[in-house]
Amino acid sequence: MRVEDVPQEGNATLDGQRKAMYAVDNDGRIALVPSRGWEAEELVTSAAVEHFEELASAALQRVRSGTAGALEYFMYVRRLDPPTLARAAGVWRWRLKRHLREPFARIPEPLQQRYAEVLGVPRKQLLEFRPDIAA
Amino acid sequence: MGAIDFQHQQSAHCESGVVAGLLRGQGCPLTEAMVFGLASALAFAYLGIVKINEMPLISYRMPPRFILRRLRKLLRLPLRVESFATPQAGERRLDELVARGTLVGLQSSVYFLPYIPVNMRFHFNAHNLLVYGREDDEYLISDPVFEAPTRSSVPELTRARFARGVLAPRGLLYYLDGPIVPTDVRRLIPGALKKECRTMLQPLLPFVGVRGIRMLARKVHKVARTAPPEFAQRFVGHVVRMQEEIGTGGGGFRFLYGAFLQEAGTLLGNPSLQELALQMVGMGDLWRDFAYDAARMSKGRLALDGALLSDQLNNIAEREAALFRAVRAAALV
Repeated sequence: MRVEDVPQEGNATLDGQRKAMYAVDNDGRIALVPSRGWEAEELVTSAAVEHFEELASAALQRVRSGTAGALEYFMYVRRLDPPTLARAAGVWRWRLKRHLREPFARIPEPLQQRYAEVLGVPRKQLLEFRPDIAA
Repeated sequence: MGAIDFQHQQSAHCESGVVAGLLRGQGCPLTEAMVFGLASALAFAYLGIVKINEMPLISYRMPPRFILRRLRKLLRLPLRVESFATPQAGERRLDELVARGTLVGLQSSVYFLPYIPVNMRFHFNAHNLLVYGREDDEYLISDPVFEAPTRSSVPELTRARFARGVLAPRGLLYYLDGPIVPTDVRRLIPGALKKECRTMLQPLLPFVGVRGIRMLARKVHKVARTAPPEFAQRFVGHVVRMQEEIGTGGGGFRFLYGAFLQEAGTLLGNPSLQELALQMVGMGDLWRDFAYDAARMSKGRLALDGALLSDQLNNIAEREAALFRAVRAAALV
């Protein structure tokens, strides 16, 4: 890549930040050049963000119909998936699976606290989550 | 508490940037590229059994902390590494070191760092940054992948340092304790080059190095042919994300390694290394061409063509095999 080819496309996911890239200048020297990002990166980053948003809104539907609990919804809001959450909370995966399905209040209290910490959502908010008024 | 006089410098990759920063802080300036190259940190690995959001882990460099360990050994650095059982202990120790005027490197999660753009926050626990001071309730941070020094509140940084899950940092911090014994890096370059070539050209494991790139080519082809289209698109998008966004990227690492080859060629007076440096940059361009096509396919802007993508990858594999063989030959001179 030459210095003048370093992408400056203004990747929205970078939020105005610039990343450093090495590129070849006119003297053939490889130097550090700030880049505003490029389309490929923006496409896949926003796709990954959207994927979690879709999962969260599908989970919200399930919370409304009573087939899932608040935990599943907030897990996806926090961009976590079940294996990652299970590992972070120190819970077996099959146990987490059950906790995702049932109302948050049914989960044993010490575990409620652990989930709340991992998610960074106050336990009270998880307990009192009202899917009908959530975004 | 104050801050030490530290010159922030942006870099392409967090770990090499942090190590270069630590060395700079001790009056031993090595470029990021030299740090990366001496560590022989370029790699490729396709780890199908390690899943991230149901997708395989694809890595373009050696595992986290490899650069740190490698340079400690090569330069005989007086490096201290500590991790902690509780966030309280970790926070206390960091404050202690910062108060003493020590430049401290930290491993942390990306997700909880307040200065990272919201859309880039994912649960990746092996980010590296430097703390060079504290002002009231904020740490002064030099995060090498950002343009300027930045800040984080104490609780937010502590949370990022003690994020749980895969590669949990456990508050890991590291610093140089004492002066560095000067080493002639020229003596270390040939060995570092050979080691790099060994990693990329190794014949044993089918998922590492050039063989790993070929494996990725096969997987992409297979997924595009057999998986449901929605999954195939996500898979291809994931490959690009692992390559271009998480950390420096497959293309980015080639550019960085090219910079190292050029510097090494200059230091050793070896023109063939300088020539190979430009070829290495050309490899980065091929990786980016691949990423460009794959990203558009993953978004449905281009019809998904597994054969085309796997041809691109096989082409890259073939050229890299030749290139690293040439590097090995040039290193022996």
